[in-house]
Order: sequence, then C-alpha cells, then structure tokens
Amino acid sequence: MASTAPSTRVSLPTEWRDFFALTKPRVMTLVIFTAICGVLAAPGSLHPVLAFTAILAIAMGAGGSAALNHWWEADLDAGMKRTRNRPLPGGRMRREDARDFGIFLSAVSICLMGVAIGWLAAALLLAAIIYYAVIYTMWLKPRTPQNIVIGGGAGAFPPLIGWVAVTGEITAMPLLLFAIIFFWTPPHFWALALFVEADYAKVGIPMLPVVAGERATRRQIMAYTLVLAPVAIAPWVIGGAGWLYGSVAVVLSALFVVLALPVARRRRDGLTDKMLPEKRLFKFSIVYLFVLFAALVADRLAAYQGWLA
Amino acid sequence: MTPEEEREFIRRRKSRNLVVAGTLLFFVILFYAITIARIGGQG
Repeated sequence: MASTAPSTRVSLPTEWRDFFALTKPRVMTLVIFTAICGVLAAPGSLHPVLAFTAILAIAMGAGGSAALNHWWEADLDAGMKRTRNRPLPGGRMRREDARDFGIFLSAVSICLMGVAIGWLAAALLLAAIIYYAVIYTMWLKPRTPQNIVIGGGAGAFPPLIGWVAVTGEITAMPLLLFAIIFFWTPPHFWALALFVEADYAKVGIPMLPVVAGERATRRQIMAYTLVLAPVAIAPWVIGGAGWLYGSVAVVLSALFVVLALPVARRRRDGLTDKMLPEKRLFKFSIVYLFVLFAALVADRLAAYQGWLA
Repeated sequence: MTPEEEREFIRRRKSRNLVVAGTLLFFVILFYAITIARIGGQG
C-alpha cells in the first residue's frame, strides 16, 4: 500500500483544483446535505454562523479523510478506470502532499468544531475521521468483503455530528439517523459493485461480488434492504418524527423493497446483460436518502412551528 | 525549464497563492463572526 508505491516526480506546482479534487467534492454533497439535515432536524437552535461553522467543520473533516484515502489508495486507484485520473495516479501531485493536506484539513476541522461548537461534536468528528481513514481505508477495506458495511459507518456520522452540534448530547434520534445511512449503504453500494465488478476484481479489493459471488451479493442486498425499512420508519414509531416523515418513510422503504426484489431474484444474463434493475436500484437509493432526510427536516420544522400535531 | 514551463510554473503558483490568501481571509472573517455569535449567546 502506501509504503510500496513509487513516489511521483512532479516538477510543476500542483494546481489548487487538484487539492480540491482530493476532498471528493461529489461525495461531499451527500455529507453536507445529511449534516444540514441533522442540524435542522435537531430540537433547539443554533446561531446561523455557528450552524454554518458546524457544517463547514464536518465538510472539512470529510475532505481531510478523503484526502488521506486518496493518499493510501493511490496504487489501487491507478488500476481502476473510474479512478486512474485522480490527482495522485495521474501524476499531478506528490504523495506526501496529499497526506499532509489530509492531516492538516482534518486537524483544522476538529479544532474549529471544538472551539466554535463544542468538544463532544469535535470528538465525534475525530472518531469519524479515524473510522474512515484508518479503520476502514487502511485496515478493513482490503481485508474483508463486508468492507462496504463497515464503510457505511463513516458516511453515517455527518447527521449524528450535526444533531449533536445543536443539542450537545447523544440521544436515540441521532443514533437512528446514523443507523439509516449505515444500513442504506450496503444495498446502495453493492448495486453499484454488481455492474462495476470487473474493476474491483482487477485491483484485488475483496468486494462482495468478487469474493462471495453474485448470488450472495444479491441476497445480501435484499437482507439489508429489509433491515433498512424498519430502521427508517423507527423515528416515527418512537415519536421522534411525525406523520409527514412516517408516511414518506413507509412509501420510500416499500419502493426500495420493490426495486430490490428483482435484483435479488435475477441472475446475470451473459456478458451482454445491461444490468438495468441494478442500475435502477442504485439510482433510486440516492433519491431515497435525499428525500427521506428532506422529509425529516420538513416534518421537524413543521412540528417546531406548530403546524403538525 | 523552458519559457513555456516557467510561465506555467508562475501561473500555478500565483493561482495557488490567491486561493490560500482567499481561504485565510475567509477564516479571519469566520472567526470574527464566531466570536460575535458566541459573545451574543452569553449576553
């Protein structure tokens, strides 16, 4: 991994855009969105400047850990079509620069969160960065086919941290938001892994379809979808959200199950299979998370205004 | 280094310096705003 890679010779200074690319801006949109949802849905209020700072710190922490992920996985990225033009495998940046940038961004994000918001939120942010950059990227991703399940935990931190930034305590609701993203990640990512399987196999990452085969992956997609449904509805059941969120969660989760069923039942029809049900499930899973969290925010804001019983 | 490479070197260095300066200015303003917000919250 990091120790076996040749260092890249770069004579020109790295473009700032390449440093920005290290933070995985596309992944960041989901991080920022779920963090904003956590801040808005939490009971209580936060000064707008502090709310902005909390979300900025979460985004910077995510960017820092993404840069560390780029640094560690530069060799793997070079072997995959989807990632071979990233700044490090593309030879546009020195490896140590990516590492230092990641550490710096992570450290600044934790200090910013601690000083401006509170040290519980900062501790959770530190835990999220260590979870993603060390436990997931360096340790478990190359070792277990359940890597996606574990990786889901890293993506599940932002709404939890956003919520805790407002309330200052960890309660059932932010833990449920964590659980929703945690159980959403496997069906979301394995649907993608089914149609980009060849790439992961090439670089030796033990993705479930590569190690356990396609049938097992399809069964696991169904299993996690069935676990996700009650977890997504739970905030309504425990009284943490109202009927607006509850009804959206029920409809979306039912749709998720309906779309996962053909993925679980079918088998690839030769090399020419277009994998349409898998692609449909992958696209829907993104809509699912955005709409579910948007519904939670709408529900909570309406409740705080007294518009919902 | 050829003249073209040198021009590209200077262009990249300048754009990076501008981004760093902009980021620092942003954080100066942000910390000022955080201070005001927190002092206001205590009053």
